Amino acid sequence: MIVADRKPFDEIMEMIAPCEKILLLGCNECVTVCAVGGTKEAALLASQIRMRRHVEGRPVEVDEKTLERQCDPEYANALAGTLEGYDAVLSIACGCGVQFIAETYPGIRVLPGVNTRFMGVTEEHGVWVERCQGCGDCVLDRTCGICPVTRCAKSIMNGPCGGSQKGECELRNDTPCAWQLIIDRLTARGELDRYSEIAKPRDWSTSRDGGPRKRVREDMRI
Amino acid sequence: MTAPGNLERVLARGDFAVTAECGPPRGADPESIRRKGGYLKGFVDAVNVTDNQTAVVRMSSMAGCVILKEMGFDPVLQMTVRDRNRIALQSDILGAAALGIRNILCLSGDHQSFGDHPEAKNVHDIDSIQLVDTVRTMCDEGRFLSGDEIKGRPELFIGCVENPFADPFEIRALRLAKKIRAGSRFVQTQCIFNVEKFARWMEMVRDLGLHEKAFILAGITPMKSPGMARYMKNSVPGMDVPDHLVERMASVPKERHWEEGIAICLETIEKVKAIKGVAGIHIMAIEWEGVVPEIVRKAGLETRS
Repeated sequence: MIVADRKPFDEIMEMIAPCEKILLLGCNECVTVCAVGGTKEAALLASQIRMRRHVEGRPVEVDEKTLERQCDPEYANALAGTLEGYDAVLSIACGCGVQFIAETYPGIRVLPGVNTRFMGVTEEHGVWVERCQGCGDCVLDRTCGICPVTRCAKSIMNGPCGGSQKGECELRNDTPCAWQLIIDRLTARGELDRYSEIAKPRDWSTSRDGGPRKRVREDMRI
Repeated sequence: MTAPGNLERVLARGDFAVTAECGPPRGADPESIRRKGGYLKGFVDAVNVTDNQTAVVRMSSMAGCVILKEMGFDPVLQMTVRDRNRIALQSDILGAAALGIRNILCLSGDHQSFGDHPEAKNVHDIDSIQLVDTVRTMCDEGRFLSGDEIKGRPELFIGCVENPFADPFEIRALRLAKKIRAGSRFVQTQCIFNVEKFARWMEMVRDLGLHEKAFILAGITPMKSPGMARYMKNSVPGMDVPDHLVERMASVPKERHWEEGIAICLETIEKVKAIKGVAGIHIMAIEWEGVVPEIVRKAGLETRS
């Protein structure tokens, strides 16, 4: 899923400072699961904004709505004709959702209420961790299901570097060294001899380095 | 083919090599490099110039190498993959060779979050083993990574680093084997304080026959103070400073710290020299280049002109 963090409250308040009426728009997908941009979070943030502006003596009208998905025309189109009178839409979806609403309704200002962080998993309740960078050329078959592109701070394909210690990455002691994990798994499977293979330089053109990406399924187009 | 550089010649004839490190300044003044070079003149076979070590911006390794070369040294260009993609790396390899630099040391580089620009983008287009392979391909096959032909191929003596003290320990010799297979002909190790662990690593290196395929230079760092010992032990990733050395540094009065640090360093040199497969030492006297002559002299290695 896509994991996000709510933007600092003061930053949100600064963005909406000129507004008198806003629509706070949640999304029922990833940001709901990582507890930052669903119906519940929209309600909380809306109250917080109303209270702050009330205290400041400049009340603001905040309506709330949550779409099934902000990144899909099927749901985004549902807002058609409902945005009249709003000064801005404050979207608490990921960056995809914010942009899609903005391009669907170019006449209204769409503001981001969250910082989109990464594609990851729920490691435990309340803990989300990055697992994939969408490099476009998956190597997980060669690395025992552990991604060195994402989980090694240096994206080393022939690791580990000289900073790996006690299973931890040199950057932070709460981050496991991806190559320690790979070697542990190779060892457990009795496949350590595979470690001798030298991985060749990657083709990053399938990644974001090749420019913004697009996928087209001609058979699905209407 | 031009004649090999000094470092390669010394190692090839089986002499015990001594190399040192020169950290470039955080400014454009070449005198800083010349001053450090002045300390080392006549005491070392080659001088490494670091590439923005600890991810702090400094004068480029290439510029430092050229200044040292003008002084008569055989410089070793350190090249990390942290800041440059394969286009820039290959371009600098050509440039270094064109400027008469004969040695290159390929590294990953410390992560930029440790340096003075933690907000920088990190590159890591290729890794250090892939860089070794790239240099080898350029020198031996006369081709770029793309496969295109190089007109006027570079000639470089290729080196790599390995850290016997990083984890997992059991693959540290295997990883070196990959680096040597990729094209490394000399190896400089991380600073050795835990000699016993280094000896165990060398045993694994010998078991794989790696000491016969590449020249292994043992990394030596003199400690200036108990504070430095503690800092390296606790705060430098991949560094293994045993407690007894920290305690030993702390056990002498302040005015004898340097003396004790040098004594430990000389003992380490004696021990690593006795380990089969060690072809020389690489002295990394961090911001203390002036101590290198004393170490070389007292270690009885002052045989070079």
